[in-house]
Amino acid sequence: MIILKNLNKHYKSIQALKNVHLHINRGELFAYLGPNGAGKTTTIRIMTGLTKLSSGTVLLNRFDIEQDQVAAKKESGLVPQSINLDQELTVAENLDIHGMLYQMPVKARRSKTDELLDYMDITDRKKTLVKHLSGGLKRRVMIARALMHSPKILFLDEPTVGLDANIRRRIWAIVKKIQQDGTTIFLTTHYIEEAEFLAQRVAFLNNGEIVALDTPKNLMQKMGTWAIDRLEESNMETTYFQTREAAKKFMADQKQSFTLRHVNLEDAFLTLTGKKVK
Amino acid sequence: MIHGCLAIYYRELMIMKRRLPKMIATMSVSPLLYLIAFGYAMGENVNVDGCSYLEFLLPGLIAMSSMTQAFSIASEINIARFYWHIFEEFQAAPISNISYVAGEVLAGMTRAFISIFIILILGYFFGVVLSCNFFFWLAIILNSFIFASLAVGMAMLVKSHADQSMFSSFVITPMAFLGGTLFPIDNLPIWAQKILFLLPLTHASKAIRAASLGNRPDYSSYIILFLTGALFISIAFLCVNKARD
Repeated sequence: MIILKNLNKHYKSIQALKNVHLHINRGELFAYLGPNGAGKTTTIRIMTGLTKLSSGTVLLNRFDIEQDQVAAKKESGLVPQSINLDQELTVAENLDIHGMLYQMPVKARRSKTDELLDYMDITDRKKTLVKHLSGGLKRRVMIARALMHSPKILFLDEPTVGLDANIRRRIWAIVKKIQQDGTTIFLTTHYIEEAEFLAQRVAFLNNGEIVALDTPKNLMQKMGTWAIDRLEESNMETTYFQTREAAKKFMADQKQSFTLRHVNLEDAFLTLTGKKVK
Repeated sequence: MIHGCLAIYYRELMIMKRRLPKMIATMSVSPLLYLIAFGYAMGENVNVDGCSYLEFLLPGLIAMSSMTQAFSIASEINIARFYWHIFEEFQAAPISNISYVAGEVLAGMTRAFISIFIILILGYFFGVVLSCNFFFWLAIILNSFIFASLAVGMAMLVKSHADQSMFSSFVITPMAFLGGTLFPIDNLPIWAQKILFLLPLTHASKAIRAASLGNRPDYSSYIILFLTGALFISIAFLCVNKARD
């Protein structure tokens, strides 16, 4: 369980987070979306103890990240946005050092390494130097490393950024599997379809404030069921409809070309934040 | 605290193990050049403080190398921090900042000790065998501890790898030459001696030279080195605390 109460973060005169409230249930897969600079990574950095909060409270399974930092950190694993593996060490050595940092005994480290490499389907890369791995494999190693100490909460900060569609979907399957095994997952992503596919609930963050929080289905339903996109003086205009009949009636009056489609989470995001997810 | 320190130290050892042949080659080049150029070529005809220049030079090279190699851990920390972002992995782990500092300082000291063994072996081939007694090793431990602690602190303060190089150029390199390593500072004007007395390397050179040549140790040098080490490790700890925003 993750609880954020009145979370604020200032960087000199800039307020990066404004009174963020969140209550994420045990075992939930929660997506945190927002445009660049919205405060997603700042939130994760505060929750993992990398950045100090200005005011408010962060509880990870009842442990306060400021007051009881060691216990809170043991509860969580982090997969950061940038690859932060030791390039000159092997996959197994990277996992082993992580286990040492979390006070795991030697035997447990060895068995967990084998178990996780098998889980991620990278057993054959155990003794490969990280610098020789592809981007997708490095991401899988990072997820394996974050799971090494069996955290109850996993923070994924843009885990599929820069990966091709095929590998991204493979990572999605792994994330789903981790959640099904009982881990609470906090995910930030730029790929809105990723959140739509994976998350049980989604929060939209804009300029450091949460502007919407609900299930993807409810957020989309608020927009309607059907959407028509049409080009109006070099701007893409979208109109939403509750029924297909209403959309068809609208289409009959149109002279220019248009596209009829189902409403998606991006529509909700654009309407609520007025910004594209970049 | 111990497990965190060991994890950090173990990581550095694994990296050192992988680079060991290159490290040995790199660490051998500059002492070898000093021994050939300053020791072997002109040393036979020059006597300093009652011993040959080669005997005078070797402890100085040990002091210099224990400083530069211990300080070189700063570059490793910078690379891990700015290019590989591994520092975040340590910050997110349930280890104390003092564990991190201790692990990195130990790694810096290990590098210093590897370089000293190389110089001792080179010295043997140049016909100089030093007395490696308790006070010799104590001075090396204190000297490498001071500069490894300084390295950790500096690595947290600098904003880029270029800043780090600048600090080395303006502080470490001049100290390496002026800290009583290559010539006796007693021959310098009094004002210069007073300035050089403030450098920890001057005391380390003096202590290492006295111990390795079998002279009576000057305890004040050890006290100064110990106090400087305590000050620098405290600064390193504060700098790591500050690095978390």
